[in-house]
Amino acid sequence: MNAECPECGGTITLAADVLDGEIVPCQDCGADLEVVSVSPVVLALAPEVEEDWGE
Amino acid sequence: MQVGMTCSRIRVEEKLLLQAFARRGVEVERIDDSAVMFDLNALQADRAHRERWPDVVVERSLHHGRALYALKVLNDAGIPTVNSYEVALTCGDKFLTTQALLRAGVPSPRCLLAFTPESALEAIETLGYPVVLKPVIGSWGRLVSKINDREAAEAILEHRDTLGNYQHAIFYIQEYISKPHGRDIRAFVVGDECIAAIYRTSPHWITNTARGGAASNCPVTPLLADICLGAASAVGGGVVAVDLLETADGQILVNEVNYTMEFRNSIDTTGVDIPGRIVDYVLAVGAGQ
Repeated sequence: MNAECPECGGTITLAADVLDGEIVPCQDCGADLEVVSVSPVVLALAPEVEEDWGE
Repeated sequence: MQVGMTCSRIRVEEKLLLQAFARRGVEVERIDDSAVMFDLNALQADRAHRERWPDVVVERSLHHGRALYALKVLNDAGIPTVNSYEVALTCGDKFLTTQALLRAGVPSPRCLLAFTPESALEAIETLGYPVVLKPVIGSWGRLVSKINDREAAEAILEHRDTLGNYQHAIFYIQEYISKPHGRDIRAFVVGDECIAAIYRTSPHWITNTARGGAASNCPVTPLLADICLGAASAVGGGVVAVDLLETADGQILVNEVNYTMEFRNSIDTTGVDIPGRIVDYVLAVGAGQ
């Protein structure tokens, strides 16, 4: 399953079991992308790290 | 058994956990922390409402604040979580972690606490340069500063004092442990076992793999396991990642304990099925074991 990187327009190949909310990197530009919908596939730039994010 | 997972995004770790649950025939209800709403009164007083929630919940939120409150709500409603609210509360705050480690007699670097730039500067000079200044809440090495001299100390303390959030005016100052091998240790504790550990090696003094540190297998010696289990027990147990520093004279000190651990770089490195071990632990907790 392919989708277009919203940052650079590159082609992203997604696994068949891709999930809503999954984070995938763009191999072309390195942007972290969030899968906001799987049917149809829609990608958006993942949000910037917030102050209380972490482990 | 109904299993829930609080999450913000599905990163590699969350996907591996979901796959491990699926391999065990367990479907997981995802609880998106950006969409969830808790009816606090009903969760406390309405048994039928409470029974609509899972039997056990795995906490995987990226947001410490959301994780903390969600865990409190769930635990107060009698729903077990991995980890518990108390563990998240302690591990999510470096000061509380240090207090827990000290009270339990777990070896850790010397720390001082101060509340004003002036007293922080005095604390820094009491420890002697270099020192490490850390926000009490935060992860991935963000805003962690190694301070080498008085001029740097004055500049960083002024910046911290003007950042706005009151927590940046809580000055948590730790002795700097020079890493003789250019590495630190991350060990993974699941329940009452230290299941694996990695060295994180970097030419930079911050060795987090999230910041580019390279992972390699670290043997879990009886000493390492003992220290890690002591650290895990001190913060309340469960599933935690313990960060440790080796000193030049061979001591091992617990630096931090993480309650929503990342492990993507450690499965192949250690040969241990970390997500599988976590999932088995969660199912045991859900079964009341």
